[in-house]
Amino acid sequence: MNRTLPVPMERLIPLKRPALYWALADAVVVAKRQIRQIPRVPDELITAIVQPVIIVLLFRYLFGGAIHVPGVSYINYLMAGAFVQSAIFASANTGVGVANDLKLGLVDRFRSLPMAPSAVLTGRIFADLIRNTVVILVTWGIGLLVGFRPAGTPVAWVAASALVLLVSFVFSWFSALMGLLIPSPEAVAQAGIVWLLPFIFGSSAFVPVDTMPGWLRAFSDHQPVSLMMDAVRGLLLNQPNTPALWQALVWCGGLLIILILLSVWVYGRRTSR
Amino acid sequence: MSIPPAILAEGVQKSYGKTRALAGLDLVAEAGSVLGVLGPNGAGKSTAVRIFTTLLAPDSGRVEVAGLDVTRRAAEVRTRIGLAGQYAAVDETLTGYENLVMFGQLYHLPGAIAKRRAHDLLERLDLVEAAGRLVKTYSGGMRRRLDLAASLILAPQILFLDEPTTGLDPRGRLAMWALIQELARTGTTIFLTTQYLEEADQLARQIAVIDRGRVIAKGSADELKAQIGGERLEFTLAPGSDLNSALEALRPYQSGEVQVDAAERRVAVPVTQGAQRLAAMVRDLDAAQIALADLSLRRPTLDDVFLALTGHTATETKSETNEVDKPAEPQFATRRPA
Ligand SMILES: Nc1ncnc2c1ncn2[C@@H]1O[C@H](COP(=O)(O)OP(=O)(O)OP(=O)(O)O)[C@@H](O)[C@H]1O
Ligand SMILES: [Mg+2]
Repeated sequence: MNRTLPVPMERLIPLKRPALYWALADAVVVAKRQIRQIPRVPDELITAIVQPVIIVLLFRYLFGGAIHVPGVSYINYLMAGAFVQSAIFASANTGVGVANDLKLGLVDRFRSLPMAPSAVLTGRIFADLIRNTVVILVTWGIGLLVGFRPAGTPVAWVAASALVLLVSFVFSWFSALMGLLIPSPEAVAQAGIVWLLPFIFGSSAFVPVDTMPGWLRAFSDHQPVSLMMDAVRGLLLNQPNTPALWQALVWCGGLLIILILLSVWVYGRRTSR
Repeated sequence: MSIPPAILAEGVQKSYGKTRALAGLDLVAEAGSVLGVLGPNGAGKSTAVRIFTTLLAPDSGRVEVAGLDVTRRAAEVRTRIGLAGQYAAVDETLTGYENLVMFGQLYHLPGAIAKRRAHDLLERLDLVEAAGRLVKTYSGGMRRRLDLAASLILAPQILFLDEPTTGLDPRGRLAMWALIQELARTGTTIFLTTQYLEEADQLARQIAVIDRGRVIAKGSADELKAQIGGERLEFTLAPGSDLNSALEALRPYQSGEVQVDAAERRVAVPVTQGAQRLAAMVRDLDAAQIALADLSLRRPTLDDVFLALTGHTATETKSETNEVDKPAEPQFATRRPA
């Protein structure tokens, strides 16, 4: 190890910068920590990747033969649902990580530092966006492999992927809030998803809503996850669905504002145990 | 202008729902001193630490750290304190070095300084060899040292240590004590909580005994010991000797309440001027035909203080729902003569 002299006391002075600067700089430090963890705790990424592969294969080959969607091949219909559903499932990891930090007392340490309080959450969620990008790419790969053929322009496909990433961002915040509110990491893994199952499956993900009974269809038509899937599907299949796209974006924006404010507020009050 | 106390708490109250964790806590730690806060499980030690370190807002009362109000000037307080909580709060999936650099950056040190400081602290806390290993592979003692290192990054004026040796083996405990003593020598104010009476005695000039969220006694270790007066003559009766005649024989020397553990046939009698009168006491026991299995004269321990103050020993776990003060039962601090 290098034999430099110890840092003199008078150099141990925190830098002074505007709060907004620290909100970003601290988030980058926390994000780096999370990114370092990805290869060291590989099972998290592996689970997140295996999940869309299984869903796509299962629906394509097991149920696909029984489900007929007028006008498109089933795999082409399915992919929008698979993208959004995998993004939401992958986001559930955010909360588990937050709950773990709480359990280990790391949140107490972070909160005793003069760092930007929001950075612990935003940093983690930035890093989770990177992981979720990988999940989206893998979903593209498996889809293309089993016959998914998007229509329209690559610009629209990129836009569809970006929308899926935005959805994962929204649900990462939801998951972070669960992680802050529910005491044990194991429970967060369950509860974070359970609330969302009706939205994921009571949607246009795997079957067109017009096969559903009236009451379910009414729910399904208007709930945000369906709208997100419809918007993604429109972009992937060159069947622009402008109302769904707008509504999906408004939902994402609205949910984000509420979830971010609520999470940061709860974080500022939460201590370990 | 006089120097404000490093830590000042007045009438601090905090409840978690129905549980009253702090019920009007008053504490003062002078700058540069070591304040030991001694209390059993659930006494409110960690709650106090969390309030002083800005993690938790008190329900009422005044708390100042480094002369700054902890609720209104939390950000400034955070640059002046270090916290090593009850459980080592370090990231398991990073190496020791990575942990310290990360915390240094989050203390807003320039990157290069954060790295150099990490090296300094790893050396100081004897973690150089483990620096590149994931914390997952560390022993409990190493984690504790790394956690302490993280709390020392800014060389804080005031250090909060919540049960710093709980869970350490005797060697780890001694090493931690040496570190704390060295920090105290260099002028750091240390707020230390502990369940170990011996630890408070070793490390802290001033001790506050807390129970159920309140300070029930304070002073130096010697002052606390003086509160229950004199030394104690402790002995175990040999089979066949009569307990009552033994107590009768010692009555003239007795200066306080006698503790008897009937099952073990052990007796502790508070006495004054014990050393001078030891020979006389033994002679009187002998004259009363009392045979002893062992005998010792010892100064009271803080365990005795605790027993005298609260009716239960410090190490005894007490149920959290136990609201009513039970009268002191004649129970015995289980401590063998040294
Ligand atoms: N987050 C919390 N929610 C509810 N009750 C709590 C919480 N934290 C502490 N308590 C309760 O408050 C009381 C004081 O707890 P505290 O952790 O301050 O005690 P302590 O002296 O640190 O105990 P220990 O020696 O076990 O660490 C206890 O009765 C405890 O059960
Ligand atoms: Mg505690």
